Amino acid sequence: MSKVKLIQGNVACALGALAAGADFYAGYPITPSTEIAEFMASRLPKIGGHFIQMEDEIASMGAIIGASAVGHKAFTATSGPGFSLMQELLGYAVITELPLVVVDVMRAGPSTGLPTLPSQSDVQQARWGTHGDHAIIAISPASVTETYFETIRAFNLAEKYRTPVVLLIDEKIGHLRERFDVPDDFVPKIINRKTVVDKKAQYVPYENTADLVPPFVPLGQGVHWHITGLTHDEKGFYSSNPQVVDKSIRRLSAKIEDNKKDICKLETVFTEDADILLVAYGSVSRTAQEALNQLRAEGIKVGLVRLITLWPFADEEIAKLLAGKKAVMVPEMNLGQIFKEVDRVARGVKVFAQSRVDGDLITPAEIVAKVKEVL
Amino acid sequence: MTAYKWQVRMSGTGGQGIISGAIMLAQAALNDGFNAVQSQVYGPESRGGSTKSEIIIDDEDIFYLKVVCPNVVLLMSPEAYKKYGQDVLPGGMVLLDSSIAKEALPADALIYALPMIEAARTQVGNELVANTLALGALIALSDMISIKSMEEAITERFAAKPKVLDVNLRAFRLGVEMGMAAK
Amino acid sequence: MEAVYEKYFRDNIPHIWCAGCGNGIVMGAFARAMEKLGWDQDDTVVLSGIGCSSRITGYLDFSTMHTAHGRALAVATGVKMAEPRLKVVVFMGDGDAAAIGGNHFIHACRRNLDITAVVINNYIYGMTGGQFSPLTPFGKKATTAPYGSIDRSFDMVELAKGAGASYVARGDVFHVKQLVDLLAEAGEHKGFSLVEVISACPVSYGRNNKMAEPIDLLMQIKKDTVNIKAAQNMSEEDLAGKIVVGRHYQADLPEYSEVYADMVAGLQKGGEGR
Repeated sequence: MSKVKLIQGNVACALGALAAGADFYAGYPITPSTEIAEFMASRLPKIGGHFIQMEDEIASMGAIIGASAVGHKAFTATSGPGFSLMQELLGYAVITELPLVVVDVMRAGPSTGLPTLPSQSDVQQARWGTHGDHAIIAISPASVTETYFETIRAFNLAEKYRTPVVLLIDEKIGHLRERFDVPDDFVPKIINRKTVVDKKAQYVPYENTADLVPPFVPLGQGVHWHITGLTHDEKGFYSSNPQVVDKSIRRLSAKIEDNKKDICKLETVFTEDADILLVAYGSVSRTAQEALNQLRAEGIKVGLVRLITLWPFADEEIAKLLAGKKAVMVPEMNLGQIFKEVDRVARGVKVFAQSRVDGDLITPAEIVAKVKEVL
Repeated sequence: MTAYKWQVRMSGTGGQGIISGAIMLAQAALNDGFNAVQSQVYGPESRGGSTKSEIIIDDEDIFYLKVVCPNVVLLMSPEAYKKYGQDVLPGGMVLLDSSIAKEALPADALIYALPMIEAARTQVGNELVANTLALGALIALSDMISIKSMEEAITERFAAKPKVLDVNLRAFRLGVEMGMAAK
Repeated sequence: MEAVYEKYFRDNIPHIWCAGCGNGIVMGAFARAMEKLGWDQDDTVVLSGIGCSSRITGYLDFSTMHTAHGRALAVATGVKMAEPRLKVVVFMGDGDAAAIGGNHFIHACRRNLDITAVVINNYIYGMTGGQFSPLTPFGKKATTAPYGSIDRSFDMVELAKGAGASYVARGDVFHVKQLVDLLAEAGEHKGFSLVEVISACPVSYGRNNKMAEPIDLLMQIKKDTVNIKAAQNMSEEDLAGKIVVGRHYQADLPEYSEVYADMVAGLQKGGEGR
């Protein structure tokens, strides 16, 4: 039998979730994410985990929130239209600080759009789709193997920071089959949410701890604490006291924004001597790499910043990489959702967007031509 | 221009096993020690409608995930021929089922028309294995990857269904013979 | 409240409910039902949606979850599926359960997870100031139905039965002893149980419908309700406009988490599940 495995991106995501310790999946069928649900439906019962198909994406989010509240590692997978329905309860998970992972295999929208074709048009929906001030973690992998490792990291970050994490996989990666470079005996590093030593001692579920992440005790284990989507005090009960509200809303953002060094992840290729930088993520970053190889072969000094964490946005790190460059190009399968972020931090460096929203991939030739035009 | 070693486009009608064949081809390429990526474009139909799958095979890392212009093309339906029949690199290879009525084909490519669907039906006894038969012909004609690795990939895919495996291996071997003879 | 029931409450009362509101009566009845059932508070999770009645989870001393509008049953489904050992009770209002949460409600009935759902029906959106809900009777007035509601209303009992709930009852805030019994019976029942509680909102419903005094509403509930046993001997004409209270339906149907556990056990023995 073959030792080198050919695996689909969506399946790698499911395998990563299992490796991270996920034992609860709730979801609603939607192209192009369905393979994840099908894999979990087949695998979870066999290992004593829980799979449930819900009546819609709202209910799917509700169910994984419930499972997380009683201490399980839970996730769901969807695509743009379903992700829109999840936004309400995504905000609930943010303010109640319940760890969970939402996988969005991105297809082209708005609305039903192009259900089977790739896109990166949910990047800002992931950032600002739910109402109210908040921070979010979103990750976008660029290969089948990376999808596996980044899914594990998504669960670890969710647990570490008591927060929902969004995994943005574009359809091209979700449905791509390629070599799966994970050894059979690979044992991932797993992070579980911080708890308290003595469960019977006075538990403060939203304690303002120094690390900004309060400890967690699952519901139904003897501590009668209260979870609410209303703004709440450290004990978890509704409060409209301006000082209390201000402190808690700022802490929710700070626990993520202040930990960018730990959360943000990017890779650089030939950035140091580059005149022009490409900033890309997901499948487009591979196209950018291909274009870079061709341009370097022609002696044109191009570098690549490949974003793996999209949110929080690595403002300072990216600003440093961009400093002094002739120009920056951001190819994306949307109308500039990350371009605007890059432009915001570019401080005088000219930034160009390269958009494609027709359901097809940006080609290396397009990037090559645009770089030459910009030079 | 992207210059990956093998850029394969397989197309036909939904239900013909085009994607399944493409997955086996990509797995076989990995078995041979190459890198390979496989992806597909599909419509809403599970049966009927046109299907296209692309496989890129190379010694090095594969970055861009789409075939820019294929050097190996398999056409298994008239629709596939109409859509993709002209798109092949100069010096590339087009293998099509001989049931397809051809008006014109690229002049600078190697063209092979073989009765694959008919052979699957009459000689193997099942039209559904025309895809594995086509894989055999494709490999024999192109020398893309080894017959051994392809057989391993087919065996792995149908490991749980011995009867299905048997008929697929027979189809594959017949395809190899047909390809060799046509070469 | 007598001392014996104090253990079911947190120390954060007074509550937000208006004088004459039925929510406190339901909460008291629930504490009595808990005492009857003898459930361990440590093993019981109480959830609610959004609305006046859903504030109940803030006052009850259990593991509690005040979820989002309409979503309590979806969240409860996750709680019960992940930890079937837990007792799960869900409080919802009429708009909460029948409008925005209507889809979750029918699917929760269909799955038949062992969850006790209590829908406190005061015929109105109280927290937002008196808009009509899917349970507001035809012709009654609300701030968004100033000329009387032209919407037909749901019958929650029939809806739950039709959707597959295995225990369905209706109580009211006038007949409190019966309500305690129904809540305890629903808790005891294995499978999805619904107790609809006809409640009173003098401020937002009563005032719009010439029953502004709390006692007016309670007397109206007393007048309108008929016990299910008495109803059996009444003609259709006699029953017109009446609210039949009591246990409407109970069936022994497979409980979802048990069916799932059976499938898991089968697979772990190396079989193919059920």
